[in-house]
Amino acid sequence: MMLLRCPWCGPRNVTEFRYVGEKTSRPDPATTTPTQWRTYLYTRANVFGWTVETWYHSTGCRQHFSVERHTLSNRTRPVQENS
Amino acid sequence: MSRLARQSGEVIDRSQPLSFSWNGKPCTAYAGDTIASALAAAGVRVMSRSFKYHRPRGILTASFLDPGCVLQVDDEPNVRAGHRLVTGGIQVSSQNTWPSLKYDLKAINQLAGRFLSAGFYYKTFIKPQRLWPAYERVLQRFVNAGEISPGTSAEGYDKRYAHPDVLVAGGGPAGLAAAIAAAEDGAQVLLVEEEHQLGGHLRWGSQDDLDLLAELRDRVAQLDTIEVMTDATVLGRYDDNWISVVQRSVPGNGLGPKERLVKARAKALVVAAGLIERPYVFQGSDLPGVMLSTAVRRLVNLYAVRPGTRAVVLTANAEGDAVVGDLRRAGVDVVHVEDARRGGDVLRASGRGQVRQVDLANGKTVQCDLFVTATGWTAPTSLLNMAGDQPTYDPTAARFVPNVNALSDGVFATGGLCGDGTAEQLVEHGSATGRAAAREARAFTLAFADVPTRPDDARTLPQPGDPVDVPALEPARHREMFVSQTHGFVDFSEDVTTKDIKQAVAEGYDSVELAKRYTTATMGTVQGKLELMNTIAAHARATGKSIADTGTTTWRPPYAPVSLGALAGRIFEPVRHSPMQEWHDRHNGQPMVAGAWIRPDHYGDAQAEARNVRENVGVIDVTPIGKLDLRGPDVPKLLEQLYVNKWQRLDVGRVRYGVMCADDGVVLDDGVTGRLAEDHYLMSTTSSGAGGVWEWVENWLQTEHPEWRVHVTPVTTTYASMNVAGPKSRQLLERLVDGVDLSTDAFPYMHVRTGTVAGVPDCVLWRIGFTGELSYELHVPAGYGLHVWEQLFAHGKDLGIRPFGMEAQRVLRLEKGHFIVGQDTDGLTKAFTAGIDWAIKLDKPDFAGLPELRWQAAAGEYPMLVAVQTEEPSVVPTEASQLVDGNRIVGRITSSRMSPTLNRSVCLAQVESRLAEPGTRLTVLLPDGNRIPARVHTHHAHVDPEGERQRA
Repeated sequence: MMLLRCPWCGPRNVTEFRYVGEKTSRPDPATTTPTQWRTYLYTRANVFGWTVETWYHSTGCRQHFSVERHTLSNRTRPVQENS
Repeated sequence: MSRLARQSGEVIDRSQPLSFSWNGKPCTAYAGDTIASALAAAGVRVMSRSFKYHRPRGILTASFLDPGCVLQVDDEPNVRAGHRLVTGGIQVSSQNTWPSLKYDLKAINQLAGRFLSAGFYYKTFIKPQRLWPAYERVLQRFVNAGEISPGTSAEGYDKRYAHPDVLVAGGGPAGLAAAIAAAEDGAQVLLVEEEHQLGGHLRWGSQDDLDLLAELRDRVAQLDTIEVMTDATVLGRYDDNWISVVQRSVPGNGLGPKERLVKARAKALVVAAGLIERPYVFQGSDLPGVMLSTAVRRLVNLYAVRPGTRAVVLTANAEGDAVVGDLRRAGVDVVHVEDARRGGDVLRASGRGQVRQVDLANGKTVQCDLFVTATGWTAPTSLLNMAGDQPTYDPTAARFVPNVNALSDGVFATGGLCGDGTAEQLVEHGSATGRAAAREARAFTLAFADVPTRPDDARTLPQPGDPVDVPALEPARHREMFVSQTHGFVDFSEDVTTKDIKQAVAEGYDSVELAKRYTTATMGTVQGKLELMNTIAAHARATGKSIADTGTTTWRPPYAPVSLGALAGRIFEPVRHSPMQEWHDRHNGQPMVAGAWIRPDHYGDAQAEARNVRENVGVIDVTPIGKLDLRGPDVPKLLEQLYVNKWQRLDVGRVRYGVMCADDGVVLDDGVTGRLAEDHYLMSTTSSGAGGVWEWVENWLQTEHPEWRVHVTPVTTTYASMNVAGPKSRQLLERLVDGVDLSTDAFPYMHVRTGTVAGVPDCVLWRIGFTGELSYELHVPAGYGLHVWEQLFAHGKDLGIRPFGMEAQRVLRLEKGHFIVGQDTDGLTKAFTAGIDWAIKLDKPDFAGLPELRWQAAAGEYPMLVAVQTEEPSVVPTEASQLVDGNRIVGRITSSRMSPTLNRSVCLAQVESRLAEPGTRLTVLLPDGNRIPARVHTHHAHVDPEGERQRA
């Protein structure tokens, strides 16, 4: 079981967290089209490599946070400036 | 029982004799004896019969791995007798021999060997398929597994979590030194040793080795930062040094659990697994009396057992040379030493029931009753492989070695795994590795010293310090000795021979990974630890490839077999129940499991309970209802975002019902939220949704709208909740409530008040009603829940109060047409389907799910939730019965019950929108295939559609 670094609590078992998912941005409900909205809901890049994700420390501090994770090695790092 | 004179390294306690039985006959042992050593001392040579051919087998390794002494102990099968200590009174027997161990008739299988060769399971017993169960019964009888007892007493198994800085796997000289060095460098160390004593091969070494061992043990004992686990095995290494350990005997005077699974998260792992001596493959190599040099050294030095009388030794290394000395000291006549370093070799061992003579490669034949081989080592690189290392074959050392300089972060190796050396060299290497591991652990901790929740002293941690210079430890040169010129057993546990491997290759299994699975070599009880190298060598010989090109099979966790009991262990799952549970237990409350909660389903008669709510007054424990305390000036904005309806204008003291959707427009939860004060709201959620909604609320506040000033506190278990429902509920509460005017005008439907109930201040009273009756939901500070509950009953006797459970509530709400999220809705049910059009405000600028609901409304043609009544009132269609139009499914019954109020069945159903008009005829397909007519009811509510009862 991998460790995940919570920015508030430090490294913890990944089972303490809920995987919210790849970071997405919610379109403006007033102007969105079905295609845009459903892309936001369902379409993920699923990259091989570094990806920005949201995690929720559900059995810890209950904070949502973003982290970069490498999908092959499971290494994590703080979100890079240009991501 | 005959023993040698006292040996300086012996582990038996001669002052403590023990008695046990072997195949029904009395036998004695000393405390400290393994079952195998005690049997050997008693002169027993044949301990088991082999897997396929039922050949006689005896001691091979005298360790946990020994495939020749897997025995039944009391009602426990497959006990490793080479490892398990004797305890007084145990009954030990050989497994699946008939009629006896000595005369096992199934040994006839040897004659049928041709049919039991590689892949025979795949070739034989295939056709006809109808006989498979019969084949299975026959085959089962031949498998030499022991017998489990269905009546085994429930022995305890436990689980533990550990967080050492450094975990050392293996307590030989290098592991001991690593543990000591790491601890002296400030690390908390967990030292795990498979055997019953620390020391590894030092235990059967010279006096110098024993002195060194005593010193190392002393230092370990003096360091209280080292925790030692003996009779424990590291099973696996997973991501970020998540390490599982099985502890086979747990300290605690026999009072503790039988086995314990330890899950450790180590900052650094030192693998010091040592080396495993491998058998040599030749004809007759499995005969009792053919032993490895380490087995003999254990028997003589640890248990003072003379393993034979007339010995031949085949030696290719120092261990083999040392065993000659041990044997002579033990009074064994060493009649011949065959030196493999000078080209010596063996062709076959033979004898009836045990070894009587060996034929050497030079043509000589020697009579003996003990043939000892010392032909090389296998490095159990398992844990390193699990950490990503791919070992490479070193032909000059005749073993696979790990790439110790390229291990993953936090993983170290020391001792025999890396190379060979004197005891001092191993200790030196172990010490340096231990310091390197401690440094790594410090660096790990320091990397998180800036985390806000670290203790204050995190910043004063010592720096990791300079990298540690670990001296080189190279594998010694060793002749490649795996398979002799004759055919023999490669895998003792599965009875796989070199012929089987050759045949597998001839049939096309030219990859060792495939040949392994086809022949089952390395797949038995020993799992490759003894036979892996020989399997690879036999395969390489058959294919003509080199060992390096053949490669090794993959080592996977668990490293050692582990009982299912230990894996299951103790389950850490908390059960929640309300403060009133003991009352429910006393009053025939029938418990039901609802998520983490246990709550009463009914108290014997749900229909009567429901009727009493309609006629008098009932009370239900609704403590699991989710409750979120919301404070701050921006709570209305949050509510607007979460719920489909409007929340900007909710006066203090008012309550509103709301439905939440996810962003896909699917109904997520529902409940009421009331405004207790200017900036103070209390939200209720469904019981099962309590956790999810809290998370959902936090998500909106933390990620989408961090600027909103709202503070959320879950108060689900802060309050005990009870719903007092029925026409006489007001009358009852007037006897108990202080400070709240309960009259209809002062406290009307859909309002909330705070006040004192039965002397308990700070209770929240809601006039809401899932049941459709005049009802008050009380949130009472949890510690007073039972008190208030009992007061309700004390004061409500004359009003006919009785409790009602979940089942009655489900009936009442169905009569009233209230849907349950997750019962009448599912993962595809968008809000308009739920029939709450009146609540969905598409003109709001935003709320979760808004765009999807806008499109749902525009498209129309969605399923609708409707009330349904069967034409035959006594038939209650099973929930999830289909609604059909000919052969087409047009909907389904989502809820159905017999209504005690109407004396007829009532349902909710989802149907296609064209069928949702009141009065539409529907056909219900029952699970038994019958079709019955039903009709869409005029209103969701079957009872009191105008809502006069709840507003009373």
